[in-house]
Amino acid sequence: MKLRLNFSVNGESAEALVDPDKTLLEVLREDLQLTGTKHGCELGECGACAVLLDDQPVLSCLVVSHECEGRSVVTVEGLTVDGRLHPLQECFADLGASQCGYCTPGILIAAKALLDREPNPSRDLIREALSGNLCRCTGYQQILDAVEASIVRLGEGGDQK
Amino acid sequence: MTRPRNVIGKPRRRVDGRAKVTGQTKFADDIMLPRMLHCKLLRSTVPHAKIVRINTSKAAAVDGVALVLTGESFPIPYGILPVSHDEHALCPDVVRFVGDPVAAVVARDEATADRAVRLIDVEYETLRTFASPADSLAYPEPRIHDYGDFGNVHKAVALQFGDVDAAIAGADHVFDDTFFFEGNTHLPIEQHATVATKDPDGKLVVYSSTQTPHYLHRALSKALAIPAAHIRVVATPNGGGFGGKSDPFNHEVVVAHAAMRLDRPVKIALTREEVFYCHRGRHPVLMRFRAGVTNDGRVTGLDLQTLLDGGAYGSYGVASTFYTGALQTVTYDIPTYRFRGCRVFTNKPPCGPKRGHGTPQSRFGQEVQLDKIAEKLVIDPADLRLNIVQPPDSLTANFLRVGTIGLADCIKKVVERSGWREKYRKLPLGRGVGLACSSYLSGAGLPINWNDLPHSGVQLKLDRSGGVTVFCGATEIGQGSDDVLVGIVAEVLGIEPFDVRAVTGDTDLTPVDLGSYSSRVTLMMGNAAIQAAERARELIADGVSAKLDIPKSRLVFADRRVFDSEDPDKGTSFREAVCMAEAKFGTIGTTGSYTPPKSPAKFKGGGVGPSPTYSYTACVVEVDVDPETGWVTVPRVWIAHDIGCSLNPVLVRGQVEGGVYMGLGEALMEEQVFRRLPAKLSHALVHKFPSILEYKSPTFLDMPEVFTDLIEHPDPVGPFGAKEVGQGPLLPIMPAVANAVYDAVGVRIDSIPVTPEKILRALEAKAAGKAPRSGPGAFPEIPWPETLHVTPPWAGGDGRADNDPKRPTHRKVDAGIEAKAAGMTKEARS
Repeated sequence: MKLRLNFSVNGESAEALVDPDKTLLEVLREDLQLTGTKHGCELGECGACAVLLDDQPVLSCLVVSHECEGRSVVTVEGLTVDGRLHPLQECFADLGASQCGYCTPGILIAAKALLDREPNPSRDLIREALSGNLCRCTGYQQILDAVEASIVRLGEGGDQK
Repeated sequence: MTRPRNVIGKPRRRVDGRAKVTGQTKFADDIMLPRMLHCKLLRSTVPHAKIVRINTSKAAAVDGVALVLTGESFPIPYGILPVSHDEHALCPDVVRFVGDPVAAVVARDEATADRAVRLIDVEYETLRTFASPADSLAYPEPRIHDYGDFGNVHKAVALQFGDVDAAIAGADHVFDDTFFFEGNTHLPIEQHATVATKDPDGKLVVYSSTQTPHYLHRALSKALAIPAAHIRVVATPNGGGFGGKSDPFNHEVVVAHAAMRLDRPVKIALTREEVFYCHRGRHPVLMRFRAGVTNDGRVTGLDLQTLLDGGAYGSYGVASTFYTGALQTVTYDIPTYRFRGCRVFTNKPPCGPKRGHGTPQSRFGQEVQLDKIAEKLVIDPADLRLNIVQPPDSLTANFLRVGTIGLADCIKKVVERSGWREKYRKLPLGRGVGLACSSYLSGAGLPINWNDLPHSGVQLKLDRSGGVTVFCGATEIGQGSDDVLVGIVAEVLGIEPFDVRAVTGDTDLTPVDLGSYSSRVTLMMGNAAIQAAERARELIADGVSAKLDIPKSRLVFADRRVFDSEDPDKGTSFREAVCMAEAKFGTIGTTGSYTPPKSPAKFKGGGVGPSPTYSYTACVVEVDVDPETGWVTVPRVWIAHDIGCSLNPVLVRGQVEGGVYMGLGEALMEEQVFRRLPAKLSHALVHKFPSILEYKSPTFLDMPEVFTDLIEHPDPVGPFGAKEVGQGPLLPIMPAVANAVYDAVGVRIDSIPVTPEKILRALEAKAAGKAPRSGPGAFPEIPWPETLHVTPPWAGGDGRADNDPKRPTHRKVDAGIEAKAAGMTKEARS
């Protein structure tokens, strides 16, 4: 029997009728058509499906959707505000941090979670915070550069000017 | 007149960058169509068996199941190479590895399909399992396939260029080394997915995460017996490919068939475990290098043997086999050369092309052997290589045409940047540096299906809006092919990349491009795009010249304008200029094509290796090795790549660093290996760890700082001088790591990956006074076919085999002359 799920997604209230064993990842992609969130293993191994749940980064493939009742989820689609990209997105696009782009949504989410709690992290701390996200294309360096550049941009003008 | 470039060479945001960072790029599994059904495959649980019977009745009875399929529905075999059409979408009679698809269920949702597919009952009659090349060489029966050179040998080849035995015998030193390179896999983060549907006209449409829509198009046409003209294949942007999405796959054929039969869209999205079974990754290769070397470090001859574990199907394997012996000669001057390669079938997921395709394994052996040679002759390994770099504009012993070669510059650059001279053999115990080089094709010189057709086609559409749309079959796999295409068109027409729309990888809409493999796209698509854009520029220039009365030769295309170079205010906007051309000529559309030059290699097997031009790379890797644990960390890598011209330096750097990353994974941890289930279970040969967690790959924490230098001497055959960068920079990493480990702790790890266990074993051997080495023993005896003898170019060869029965005039081989020729010095030959 399907269960009704009410929660907030990217600042908007969302409602879905879902099988009780569906994961948050499946509800986002299949029921809400928010396909920006990706999957690479569905076993919590690759980091591609990361989203923010009540501001904390989680792997949406490991979250049973009904744990999200009444809670707040932010996906990559929610990083863009009023048509303006988040500085992380700008810097990722400008500096080659996204090649095939498949791991990118999860890494952006993990990076945003880091910068929300630590606005000025060292390169080593960035590495640590992103170490649960695999990328097979970039070799990670341009991602680190992009996160560092976004820190500068956030420091200069606040959020998404 | 030469004007500064506006687009090419400038670091830019790639044209699809915004889509990727907003999650708007539509990958195959992001496609959701109304009334769409979902497919699951049943895969074999045994490695080698006859299918006795399949009972699908329980699955078919499940509520929500629309269709159950078995091999009966797929009688026509297919495959990527014309010589090995040995795959069926679902196995009709024999399964050949754990993971081989046997049946399929199509149902209203994935969960129902998954539940139903498990209710299918298959009875197997097991056959002998071939777990290794040794098994396959030892037992010719039962044959895994009913084709192939003999027994379970898929392909065995033997080529000789000059009298290599005399050259080695006459050398001051002979080095004889065996190496092993374990298999590994691509591990793209996107799992393969396909959506097939019948369009309103009744024709088949297939959206798939494929690197090669053209070849998928051909395979679907054959396997489903539908004319290619009635099939549309759309390559969705790939979430990483690395060669792993270059074959036509079972699941693509199955959902295409199901969609046509049910007249409903059908999707399949593979699990990570299934991606490990698709594989087509790096072949495990055992190698033997015998090299003759002079006292001053020049190679007189090289005798190479390779043995490839091909897995269960042909895939690209014949090409892979030749590639293990193709590129040794394009880096260094090797006047005489013999290559013998053998690929066997085993009961494992099929191997195929992974980044570097067949060349990284023997590159590893060659570069480690050169390190050993340098050690023995007491020559710095950088100097040894600098002394033997292949000259530019030359033909190698195996008839590969080398044009520009920036290898010496690459070596000098990494030597200088890394402080090599102060570090090599001078660092304290446990720290070391290693150097290695490589080369790669800028596109395969021959197509997979031999014909005289272009390898890449580009069309341009311009109209009164001022907008430009560029169409090309090239496939975006993350490397930036859309960006290269748009950047080139924008540069030639003097407009901005944002003004150009790219339509790519769609067999209905775009002219054929053979696909994203062999590092061919930038060079081939790029040249076709230049031709199409230059033809459009001609038409526009004619229109503007007539209308504004400016001599055509003085017209400049820049800053979204077309204007008089002698009076820049006199001119018009690009949009107006297109209108002038449209008024004069009617609808404006142009095309461009690219076909590689013919290769001088006319012998059988000479089709693998030729390329319009080769890229070159050198690197220095620094390692820390803990002698107590054998643990290796890599703090720094310096790499220099001969790119010719960097079209978008942001993307080029990304390809170099991504190659270093993937090379370090192969060097230190990545292994596609197998084990037997316990005897009380089935004793089946299974993948050791088909999961991302246990198949180790480097994380953010494992990745060193990489110092990248680009050597830019424009190559005359490349678009704006560009050569490849997608594959070459991976190749020198593995040998450089092994060479650095030797510098650090004095043991040779002649087998990839370089693991702590192997280092400890070698250190123990060293402490016990035995050979300080971990690596394979003897290379097995292989019944090689008759060697094709090809006289090298420097001895007057014409590119054909002397003993080729089809040779117009049979060439008499005079062994004495050959031996004398082999002894000639490099100077005399050039």
